[in-house]
This record gives sequence, structure tokens and C-alpha cells, in this order.
Amino acid sequence: MNKNLLTAVGALALSASLAAPAMADKTKFDFWFGLTGDLAQRVGEVCQHFNDSQADFEVVCTSQGNYDQTLQNTIAAFRAGNQPTVVQVYDVGTATMMLSGAYYPANKLMAENGYTVKWDDYFPGIARYYAASNGDMYSFPFNSSTALLYWNKADFAKIGKTEAPKTWEEAAEDMKLLKDAGSACPMGINISANESWQLLEQFSAIHNEPVATKDNGFGGLDTELVFNKTKFVKYVTDLKSWYDQGLVKIKAKETGKTFVEAFAAGECDMMMTSVGDHGTVAKIAVPGLDWDVAELPVYAGTERKNSLVGGASLWVLAGKSPAEYKGAAAFLNFIAQPEQALFWSTVTGYIPVTKSGFDYMKAQGFYDKPPYTGREVAIASLTASEPTPITRGVRIGNFTQIRAEVSNGLQEIFANNKPVQEAIDGVVERGNALIKRFADTYPGKTLP
Amino acid sequence: MVRGPRSVPGAATASAPVARPRPQTNDKRVYFENRWIGIAFVVPQVLLIFTFFYWPAAQAVYWAFTLEQPWGGGNTWVGFNNFAAILRDPVYWNSIVHSFVFAVASTGSAMGIALLFALLVDRQLLGYRVFRAVLAWPYAIAAPALGLAFRFILAPEAGFFAVFNRIWPGVWDPTLDGNDAMIAIIITFAWKYLGYNFIFFLSALQGVPRALLESAAIDGAGFFKRARYIQIPLLTPTIFFLLVINITESFQDSFGIVDIMTSGGPARATELMVYKIYFDGFRGLDYSGAAAQSIILMLLVIGLTIVQFRYIERRVHYT
Repeated sequence: MNKNLLTAVGALALSASLAAPAMADKTKFDFWFGLTGDLAQRVGEVCQHFNDSQADFEVVCTSQGNYDQTLQNTIAAFRAGNQPTVVQVYDVGTATMMLSGAYYPANKLMAENGYTVKWDDYFPGIARYYAASNGDMYSFPFNSSTALLYWNKADFAKIGKTEAPKTWEEAAEDMKLLKDAGSACPMGINISANESWQLLEQFSAIHNEPVATKDNGFGGLDTELVFNKTKFVKYVTDLKSWYDQGLVKIKAKETGKTFVEAFAAGECDMMMTSVGDHGTVAKIAVPGLDWDVAELPVYAGTERKNSLVGGASLWVLAGKSPAEYKGAAAFLNFIAQPEQALFWSTVTGYIPVTKSGFDYMKAQGFYDKPPYTGREVAIASLTASEPTPITRGVRIGNFTQIRAEVSNGLQEIFANNKPVQEAIDGVVERGNALIKRFADTYPGKTLP
Repeated sequence: MVRGPRSVPGAATASAPVARPRPQTNDKRVYFENRWIGIAFVVPQVLLIFTFFYWPAAQAVYWAFTLEQPWGGGNTWVGFNNFAAILRDPVYWNSIVHSFVFAVASTGSAMGIALLFALLVDRQLLGYRVFRAVLAWPYAIAAPALGLAFRFILAPEAGFFAVFNRIWPGVWDPTLDGNDAMIAIIITFAWKYLGYNFIFFLSALQGVPRALLESAAIDGAGFFKRARYIQIPLLTPTIFFLLVINITESFQDSFGIVDIMTSGGPARATELMVYKIYFDGFRGLDYSGAAAQSIILMLLVIGLTIVQFRYIERRVHYT
């Protein structure tokens, strides 16, 4: 009976979509995203390209503010039954989405609407971050990035170096030399919740150190944080001692300039941030700034692993009509085309998410032209190794709050309120309580 | 979300006790012949309050006793566990202490400075008309915009306060020094409410009979004596009203400023109760924990208001 109903609805939808061009009445569907400013305009252009490309569907793209606000608004809309068809959800929202029961799996959607997606065309580091444990992808990676080391070539030349440091030992030496050569800020960092991404998550991945048990949470909701027992402790100890020596400076909006602005102004010689900022630095850099990007340093003797993907993916929500799903499938298919990847990566700073997109961009000579030269380092960093169970990603509930705990712990350390180990132990203890609370909220449920 | 008495400027003006003889309202009271007309006038308002206040508040109370899944997939009854977890958490008590420090300091400075300014403007010194208009403006600025402006002004490396760091390096650093960060949000909040308080103080001062001030002046009372013995005693109803409003608002209206300026940091030094509710509920999607915190905050604000009415209002003399 249910099957009959589905068939009937499907047939109805099919006839509706067939009749659509004749009626010149396009099926409209909503896409909510969490980017603002210049990036929001770029998403608007992608939507416009899609609407111009065919006559059956019209996507209505609306920015809902930042990632957090988009998720809040979507949840409110879903609870009221007015949810959009497609929504952009940031990386750490993946665990919440998977347990929500509010989505329509992307792989199922594409198969039902007659699209064959070459899932293995996605870079493994990107695909596995967003995939369920069986490898099925329930959402489409959209804007992806990873963390890189940005370095000022001109200032490094003053200390006789032509390459960025590859190890932290080398970086420490370089920072001392840079300081002696008169640099006021050999490296700019910040320790707000956002930087947990660079300092904890990316660091742990490339060193193949776990953030939490059960493969960083991919193996179950009953995971526990363990980064108070890994190389992360040494890393924070070093950062603090470099800070005390004046080698590392805190640059944040509260001090006057973010580290990205301070780097672009030529004040800081190094910083660690997303490849997504590559375009920003090129745009706001003081004239003549000679800079480049490199992979994040590792401690000597470490076998480098792949860095983590950051950014967001597109989820299709439950409870929409077959016609809207058909439109959503067409849209997701459209943005996965290599030409769109080239456009998107050119106007933003995000990286292509598929091998074919990357190859297409290479063939077009994208990476040979300044200011795009250097962005291929992000791909090299993401594909430095096959993802291990630990470098696949981090899938932990309440992770937004855990990032805030990490930030609080780092601030305690940098303000000399607590010694390193004690502060990180505290972060882990409070973080584990948050994980437990998340698991209690979803009794009897498991991550797919 | 919990909402206490709000300071809608228009409504507040109407109810603000001002030191002047009460109008004899009894003579002007209007009666409806038919009581149903009266009820009909009240119904839309009651419906609005029910839909937008009581119903959501009741839902928050329900969530506070459950673990609610953010997407509405279901919830589990946990009784008082949410409250127990919060009250057992030293970090939460920390946020209560910070909220009180913030409330006392920001209310004290906002009211003290506003009173001083109002007394000066009331003296009709040169340019008082300009000051009277300009000093009311800060209240019209939205908290996030204000936070952005003060974040720049108070930035240790680039803002106006950078001057102090140039003289004494490292003396001002709200990024890592918790006390400096607390001072920063207090300054910002006080600046906003200074304008609000100023309007009320000034209008109340203008209700003080000129004859009293003039005769005191003839008797040789200077500016401070006149303020101390004549104006401030006559302002007690206004001071009390503003005290209740400022304390209540400092518990509720501060999260926009905290969010933009410090995000509760460094190391939780500016994590006020209302910011923690916002962060846990909206950013962290812990609806139940945030609902329980909201109820605690609501009870606290109600309790504070009762205390103020019982113990402070006794000293207020309405004319």
C-alpha cells in the first residue's frame, strides 16, 4: 500500500516536472547557507548559474548569517515545518545532523533521481570526513579547506632562509632568528574557540594523534577525549614558552588586528590559517608583500599524515515534495561539475573537492597564475597520506562547546592562571561531560 | 527565553515616578457601562502575551526537566537532573559571581555618572541644550554595534587605550587579563545605559521646584549642597525605578556586548549568566541546559526585584 502510494506520488511528480516547461512554471526550492559578505555574493552567483543553466527548477538561495545561525534557523524552521530543501551545515555539525533524523540521504537522493555520482572521485580525506561508517555519503561536500602555514618570504630571506620551516624545532630556531633580526611578531596566533581547529584538530591529524577514543568519535557516541595525553600537551607547552619569549604573539580582533590582518600588513612573519584565507590575504596584503604558503610544520621524526578538511557540506532535508527533491538533485549535480569547481575555487579560496575538479583546474593552468599559486599545497596537505582511522576527522557531539572549552583552557594557560597539564586535564574532563550529555540526549541512537 | 520587565522607553516614561504632585486621576477615570466591552479590549493583549510569553515560557519549563533533541526527534524526562548538573558545576557559580560583579559595577557607574551629568545640564550651563540632546543618544545604539565600536576603542594595540600601553607596556590587555575584560564590558554597558538614565534624571530634576533651589542658593548652599540636601532626596523615586531597571537589564541585556567583545573570555572571566544561556542554547544546541539556566536566572531576577522593593523602596518618599 505504502509502495503504491509512493509510486503514485512519484508518477504525479514526474508528470508535474514533465509539464513544467510547458507551463513555464519552474519548481522552486530553497537553499539556505551560512556565508556572509563577499562569499554570500559568490554563492548567489553559483545559484544564478544554475538557474540560467536549465528551465525546470529555480533555486532560491538565502544567507542565514554564519554557520551557527544557519543551523539554528534551520532547526527552528524544521520544527515549524518550513524547512528549506537544501542547507549548508558546517563540519562539526555533522554528528548532530546524522542523529537528527531530519535529512534525506544524498546518495539515496541522487540514485532515485537518476544521477550516477562517482563517489570515489571525491578526495578520500574529504569524502570520509562526511561519510557514515559504511562509507555512504549523506551530504555533499561544498566549500572545503584545510589549514596551512603562511610565511613572509622577504623576512625569511633576511635570516637567510628560502623555505618555510618543516618541523616545529626548525620553526622555533627561525622565530628566534627573526626576532633577533628585529621582527616584532615572528608568528601570530589566536586562542579563541575557532583556533581549536588549527591548534588541536589539524595538529593531531598530521601527527596521527587521537583527539578522542573510538576513532575520534566515528566509532560511537560513548567516546572520550584523550588529548591531555598526546603530543598536543608538548605543543601547547612549546607555544606558551614561545609566547613568553616574545616569539609568538596573540593577534585577535580584541587586540586590534586579527592574525590574518597582521600577516597581510607585514607585521607577523608566520601564521596558521585556512586556505580559505588565501584570497583574503592576496586582496588585503600591503603592496609588495612577498609571501607564500606551506604545509603545517610537524615535530621532528613524525611521519606526516593528511590534514583534516574543514568547511561545510550540503544536506537535503526530509519532508519535501518529490519535485523539490528532483530540483535539489539537479542542483547538487550541477555544483559538482568541474567547471563550477573552477569558478568556485577562483572566486573564493576554497579547494576543489573532487579529483576531476582538481585535474580540470590544473589543466586550465589555474595554479600557475598568481595570486592562485600555492593553493595546490592545500591539496597536497589533504592527500599527504591515506586517511587513517584517526585522520579521518572528528565526529563528536557538542563539539562547538568543546572547542570553547579548549579555548578557555588555552586562555588559562596563556594568562598564567594554570599550568599546562592541569588546564588541559580540566578541558578534557569538562569536554567528556559534554560528550556524555550529548549521548544522553540521544538514548538508544547510534551514529550511522 | 526568560524575559523580565522590559524597558520600553514609551511605557517606562508613562510609569516613571517623577517628583511632582500626582495628577488627580480619580476625577478623570472612565467607566464602561458594559463590562464585555472592557473585556473585548483586553482579549487581544492577553492573547498576545499568552502566545509570545506564557506559552514559550511554559515550553522552556518543560524542556528544563527533559533532555530535548534539538531537531525535535524526541526527549527524555530527567526530572531535576538538569538543575542538579548546573548547580553542581563550579563554572556556573563562577558565572553567577561575574553577573553580580557586572550588575553592581555597571549599574553604579551608569547611574552615578548619569546623575552627575543631569545635575550639570539642569544648571543650564553654556550649551546645555546640546548636551541634553546628545547625552540621550547612546541608548539608541544596538548592543552589537556598540560592542564593535568599544572593541575598537578598547583594543590594546590599536585603540585609544593603546596610549596607556605605550606609557606602561602591558598595563591594559583585555585579551588575556580577565579583570581588564570585565572592565571593558562594564564600560560599554554603562555607556549605553548612561543615556537612558540621563533622560529620567533630567526630567525628574526639572520637576524639582525652582523656588526651593533658589532659596537654598540665596541661603548660601553651593552646587553640591543643593544636590545633596534638595535634589537627590526629591529624586529617590526615580533613583529607585532606575535601580530596578538597570539591575534587571544588566542581567539580561548584556549578552550582545559580551558576544561581540569577549565571547565570555578570557578563561571565562566575562562569562555572564545570560551569555552562557545564549551560548549553550543557541550555539551549542543544548536546549534543555539553557532552559534550566533561564529558569534559574528568572528566579534570581525576580528575587532581586522583590528584595529591592522590600528593603530599598522603604527609603523612597513619593510626594
